[in-house]
Amino acid sequence: MKSKAFFEKIATYITKWTFGFSIISIILGFIIGAATLALAGFNPIEAYGIMARGVLTRPSYVAWTIIGSTPIILTALSVAFAFKTGLFNIGAEGQFMIGAITAAMVGYFVELPAIIHIPLVLISAIVAAGLWGGIAGVLKAKFGVHEVISTIMLNWIALYLNNYIVLLEGLRRATSQRTHEIQRSASIVILEQWKRSPEGREWLRGHDFFGDALRTPLNWGFIIAIIFAVIVWYILNKTTLGYELKAVGYNRHAAEYGGINVSKSMFTSMVIAGGLAGAAGGLHVMGISKSIASLAAMEGYGFNGIAVALIGGNASIGIVFAGLLFSALQYGGSKIQPALGAPSEVINIMIGTIVFFIAMPKLIKYSLQNFKKKRGAKNVR
Amino acid sequence: MLDSLGFIIGTTLMYSTPLIYAALGGVMSENSGVVNIGLEGMMTIGALIGATVGFYSGNPWLAFLAAGMAGGGLALLHAVASVSYGADQVVSGIAINFLGPGLALFLSRIFFEGATMTKAIPLDNKMPRPIHGLLPRNSFLDLVFNQYATVYIAFLLVGVVWFLLYRTKLGLRIRAVGEHPRAADTLGVSVYKIRYLCVVLSGVLAGFGGASMSLAIVSNFRPTLISGHGFIALAAMIFGKWKPQGAMWACLLFGVSNGLVVYLGRSDAPFEISMQLLSMLPYVLTLIVLMGFVGRSSAPAANGVPYEEGER
Repeated sequence: MKSKAFFEKIATYITKWTFGFSIISIILGFIIGAATLALAGFNPIEAYGIMARGVLTRPSYVAWTIIGSTPIILTALSVAFAFKTGLFNIGAEGQFMIGAITAAMVGYFVELPAIIHIPLVLISAIVAAGLWGGIAGVLKAKFGVHEVISTIMLNWIALYLNNYIVLLEGLRRATSQRTHEIQRSASIVILEQWKRSPEGREWLRGHDFFGDALRTPLNWGFIIAIIFAVIVWYILNKTTLGYELKAVGYNRHAAEYGGINVSKSMFTSMVIAGGLAGAAGGLHVMGISKSIASLAAMEGYGFNGIAVALIGGNASIGIVFAGLLFSALQYGGSKIQPALGAPSEVINIMIGTIVFFIAMPKLIKYSLQNFKKKRGAKNVR
Repeated sequence: MLDSLGFIIGTTLMYSTPLIYAALGGVMSENSGVVNIGLEGMMTIGALIGATVGFYSGNPWLAFLAAGMAGGGLALLHAVASVSYGADQVVSGIAINFLGPGLALFLSRIFFEGATMTKAIPLDNKMPRPIHGLLPRNSFLDLVFNQYATVYIAFLLVGVVWFLLYRTKLGLRIRAVGEHPRAADTLGVSVYKIRYLCVVLSGVLAGFGGASMSLAIVSNFRPTLISGHGFIALAAMIFGKWKPQGAMWACLLFGVSNGLVVYLGRSDAPFEISMQLLSMLPYVLTLIVLMGFVGRSSAPAANGVPYEEGER
């Protein structure tokens, strides 16, 4: 009897808790992923074991997971921010690229001491991508162009702009489809010079933990992403601006009646969303890629960000954890291919499943309620 | 000169084809009131299944149908979520866009010994060109009309979808459900059935679109084969004001820029222009056109709004 009451309590708790649906959806994602692997003739427990060990057992694995989570946490914050104002920012992908392009240019052409150069590159990336995002805001507010369509268009325009700029004389690295690397002063890789110096190498050889962790391009990007997560939380929950933006998202007409300038709110929201995705692109160039390359297709940072935002319940704290989970799945998932021969793409199926269930909270709610009802009926008897 | 023009028109038609199929899919789904942002995923699974069945069976038509069924199968998931469970249709579509490519690559690795690129279909087993050899080789007419069968089917389907939507009872019901589901419901039209039908059909069409890529334009599937085509088709559909003929013209606009890029990329191109800027043009143009000509109210009124039967 006690266990039943306990179960009911949990069911009620889950339906009320913000992240309840996410947790259930994640569990369902893992179950469907396991079923897919089993159907294809692989042992899912073995596969998940390899994934878990592939993420947790060495400092460098954890470092790679953190590195991978940085851009998608920021693009997810971008998507979530726009979402709070009732806008669907499919354009994080393009805003990311604009941020990366700007960072590659400001990082290469400008020479300054690191203490000024790093903030300058980051802020330039944010501003440029913010304005790029603002285009979609203006198109929506002034011309009624749906932001989903305008941002899809802007993504492609950004992609071709990227490819155009990469090939410009002066920026392009000879005989390659990449730009020159950014100046060292714009790099945010932790202890980059030191770890390559003879003393650094000597010291790291003696210290396994740091030696392993610093073999990766571990950088300050993750910390900056966390700071942005806090800022987003603060703006949305503690400022008048955030209140107005959310009011527009809840009910545009009521907000307008209440004296909020809806057009301006949409523009502001898209600028901030663009800036967040731009920060992702900028940090990616400053910490990992150091340059930009000609692209044949979208890289997926923006689209992955949408999934992360949804899994994280569009809340800052949820997004940080969802970003880490997403990155861990991606990094750990890549290891089942060589070890088991099982397709790594099972993680895309898992992520798709998670998002799919998140799309229909009604299903989960109904299932839990039915479960509760049945329990109740039994107790009466 | 005439040959160049023929080449451009021919390539335009070829590259527009996958977009036309998918855009027609979007027209079907959205006219019944279900936003379908998952066209991309449905195209990808269609492309993979088309290439796989084509390779193993040697029959392009069987492969084409299988691709449609695969797209329809994935669309069924979207229908379950967005029709039966009142899901946020954009979110469900995003999920489809993870599931489709994920499943496609997963299956590719299983069917082709761990490779994400399927083996090429022999030339004889590709989509046939119905009038191949009838016209003098490389003449203007040959360059324009000597197309894969999928190209002809695509344009035929534009007419079929138009007829279905605007000249049949079913079409009237579909549009009624998309505009005002409650009114349609009151009159005894089953909103759920119509929406299920339309969403699944949209997946079938998107699957055809993917297969028209992997069975005709190229002869295998690879991870980057469908990279954003579904999204372009979605934009083309909106550009075309949710109408089949409008969507077709919009797809041709995207196709013509593709055709021009291919043409100007040839060594004997008459002048040089930045390929990147040229590729960008149709997207910029779309934005400009959307700003001016497509008003706020062109979408089906109930597009994207979940409906619960019997709702008051």
